[in-house]
Amino acid sequence: MTAPTIRSPAGEFWRRLRRRHTALAAGVVVLLIVLIAIFAPLLAPYDPAAADYDAVLQGPSLAHLAGTDSYGRDILSRIIWGGRISLTVGLVSAFAGGLVGTALGLISGWAGGWVDTALMRLCDVLFAFPGILLAIAVVALLGPGVANVVWAVAVFSVPVFARLVRGTTMALKEAQYVQAGRTIGVPGSKLMLYHILPGALPVVIVYMSLRIGSAILVGAALSFIGLGAQPPSPEWGAMLADGRAYLGVADHLTLFPGLAIFIVVLSFNVLGDGLRDALSQRLH
Amino acid sequence: MSQPDLLAIRNLSVSFPADRGRTTVVQNLSLTVSPGETVALVGESGSGKSVTSLAVTRLLDYGPGRIDAGEIRYRDRDGTVRDLVRENAESMRRLRGPEIAMIFQQPMSSLNPVMRIGEQIAEAIVQHREIGWSEAEAEALQLLERVRIPDARRQLKRYPFEISGGMRQRVMIAIALASRPRLLIADEPTTALDVTVQAQVLRLLRELRNDLGTGLLFITHDMGVVAELADRVVVMRGGERVEEGSVTQIFGAPVHAYTKSLLAAVPVLGSLAETPLPAPFAIPPEKAVPQDTVAAGAPILQVRDLVTRFDVRNAFGMLNARVHAVEQVNLDIQPGETLALVGESGCGKSTLGRSIVRLETPRSGQIVFDGKDVLGADAEANPELRRGIQYVFQDPYSALDPRLTVGFSIAEPIRTHALRQGAAVTDRVAELLELVGLPTHFAARYPHELSGGQCQRVGIARALASEPRLIIADEAVAALDVSIRAQVVNLLMALQRRLGLSCLFISHDMAVVERVSHRVAVMYLGQIVEIGPRQAVLTSPQHAYTRRLLAAVPIPDPARRRRELAIDDSEVPSPLRAPDDNPTVAPLVEVGPGHYVARHPVGGSY
Repeated sequence: MTAPTIRSPAGEFWRRLRRRHTALAAGVVVLLIVLIAIFAPLLAPYDPAAADYDAVLQGPSLAHLAGTDSYGRDILSRIIWGGRISLTVGLVSAFAGGLVGTALGLISGWAGGWVDTALMRLCDVLFAFPGILLAIAVVALLGPGVANVVWAVAVFSVPVFARLVRGTTMALKEAQYVQAGRTIGVPGSKLMLYHILPGALPVVIVYMSLRIGSAILVGAALSFIGLGAQPPSPEWGAMLADGRAYLGVADHLTLFPGLAIFIVVLSFNVLGDGLRDALSQRLH
Repeated sequence: MSQPDLLAIRNLSVSFPADRGRTTVVQNLSLTVSPGETVALVGESGSGKSVTSLAVTRLLDYGPGRIDAGEIRYRDRDGTVRDLVRENAESMRRLRGPEIAMIFQQPMSSLNPVMRIGEQIAEAIVQHREIGWSEAEAEALQLLERVRIPDARRQLKRYPFEISGGMRQRVMIAIALASRPRLLIADEPTTALDVTVQAQVLRLLRELRNDLGTGLLFITHDMGVVAELADRVVVMRGGERVEEGSVTQIFGAPVHAYTKSLLAAVPVLGSLAETPLPAPFAIPPEKAVPQDTVAAGAPILQVRDLVTRFDVRNAFGMLNARVHAVEQVNLDIQPGETLALVGESGCGKSTLGRSIVRLETPRSGQIVFDGKDVLGADAEANPELRRGIQYVFQDPYSALDPRLTVGFSIAEPIRTHALRQGAAVTDRVAELLELVGLPTHFAARYPHELSGGQCQRVGIARALASEPRLIIADEAVAALDVSIRAQVVNLLMALQRRLGLSCLFISHDMAVVERVSHRVAVMYLGQIVEIGPRQAVLTSPQHAYTRRLLAAVPIPDPARRRRELAIDDSEVPSPLRAPDDNPTVAPLVEVGPGHYVARHPVGGSY
């Protein structure tokens, strides 16, 4: 019998992910979008806020690849700049929600008893509202604006992560290597940090990538109903709201921002699915 | 090639996909099985013995494995000889069951958990024969009686989770017999069972072979079982046959060096009957020199009247019953002494060990370690209390965090108790790895990169890292191959010699217990029913349960095969009792120097 092949968990993950071509493609698209957002000032052909009343509601042309809106602003430039806002909303809120949710889930699952009960009932309350309603409530409380949208979306991400991590924590708490740690006398905080959290991280990472997509969507929806980014900032949801009045007259006003949202959310979701499949197999 | 009576495998090669190309796991294997004959396929993990059985049934087709060469000739009921390598999937499906049946190691996962036992057997009958359901159910009852399931009529209506592991394995055998197979392939069918249950199942298999003339291909790593059951033995290593012969030949005059070393590593109960001291296995160059490590003085561990019970509650949180896992247990361990705790699954021996390290919370009693009461103190707040007693788990893989390197795992107790600082931690890890016989570069490896034996050595190194005085080894060698088991047992004994460690050795393997222990405690239904010097307990057992346990141990010597033993088919009763029905516990009676035995009735049979 030959010697068994040796692979690190990271190597094994990469080997699995590499075979998922759609996920890899989605990853490349995500990377491109992030790069475009970062280099928006260099890439955008026009100033996104500059009105040009000589070129109002123009369809796509060589001068304006995605056309212009009712103020004559270049839609492509606005989408490129808007990516910054949408990605910020998605990344920051998913990350903040994930961070808080993971911490709560760890504590809840580890402590058990009344701590667990209290935290989980709190999550139940948050779960009871549809996410968008909860976000509207938060924004209504804090006032409209992109920063508040970020917090709103983060808040309704918290219970999902808390539930997810709590389950993994409860399972890992009974794992023999955690018990082995106890017999050695390793304090609870270190057990959580070194032995349980790393076990929960794959799920968190996967879910976070899926969550970014839906956070972008909710952020856009809030802007669409006027609670998020305020004019004239080039947010995709706000652009959709602007374009709604011209549906049928100038469809490109809604078509291109819609496409942008569609591509970004789809890419994050496909990437998340791929990550989940690649991470799902337990370590041998 | 001559035509076989039943089964003839010739030059069989099987390969599995590997990173580059394929790995051959069975190479040029040849063997035959005749009707009414038992052929044991023996080897350690990875020797290709299970793959061989999968090739014969072609269950291999459902995995990544592939038969590369060779033929498997099988003479079916009608006398036609077929080459199973070339049969198509449909005709193989027809053969599996009525012609060739299999029994697996895990009886729980092989039974459908949501189907009653009677239905599962009846289903197997109607699958292959043209008879009605009620007729099939009647036959299912007969089969259950045939495999000696007590109260068979009632058991028909039960679900797999309601019956014990030994009963489940008997149900599996009943299902295999339902189609009246001519060749039965049993893949480690008794490995997961207790010795007394193993003895029952082995006797059953022997009877079936004699009465029905079934050919039996028996796959095992346990030489004791081989000696009990086999007519011929095929020894495998690394996918190749290293030796073949009659059972008396193999045990009496093994030719191949590997067979010899395999047999040398097999513990034989009774081989130390003449000496009161434990002695390591005689693996060259080591000699089996008895070692006296017990130090006089105050006991390092005293357990007094320890009780651990688990509440069983119903869906409304009401107390339904209690599991009386540990009932008023008393024991002492001297410095440098090994006390073996033996008993069958569910007797509470692991719970006792786990209670001592407070993985379970005892209900009452006292645990005094090194003069300090351990139960009174808050264990989480005082990690120092944990240090003196360390636990070695049965499954070395699950006791190590798969995401951390071996070095980190070994360093963890050193850091936790601040035994070393900075670079000294790394030095200490290297020192510990050397102490357990592993190269120091293993510190950078992950558990899944190690073999079972290496991994258990890491587990031991990790336990030693806290500089403990008592080690609780909970079936620490049970999951290892025989040769590795002998090495790890010798390692534990060498460490005891060097460091003066005390050890609570929890095991169900009496032969290993004889090797390592100074004293033995026998547990039954949560109570210690016999405790005393190892020599006295094993050579003149005083309690009926100890005698039953010892009688069931298979002897790896075909000349001493027990023809028809008086093995009772009774089941060990459950430690589950109604909430207010506490068992009676009386003090043990002294029958010899330091040898105590229970004279009061301890639930159920005794």
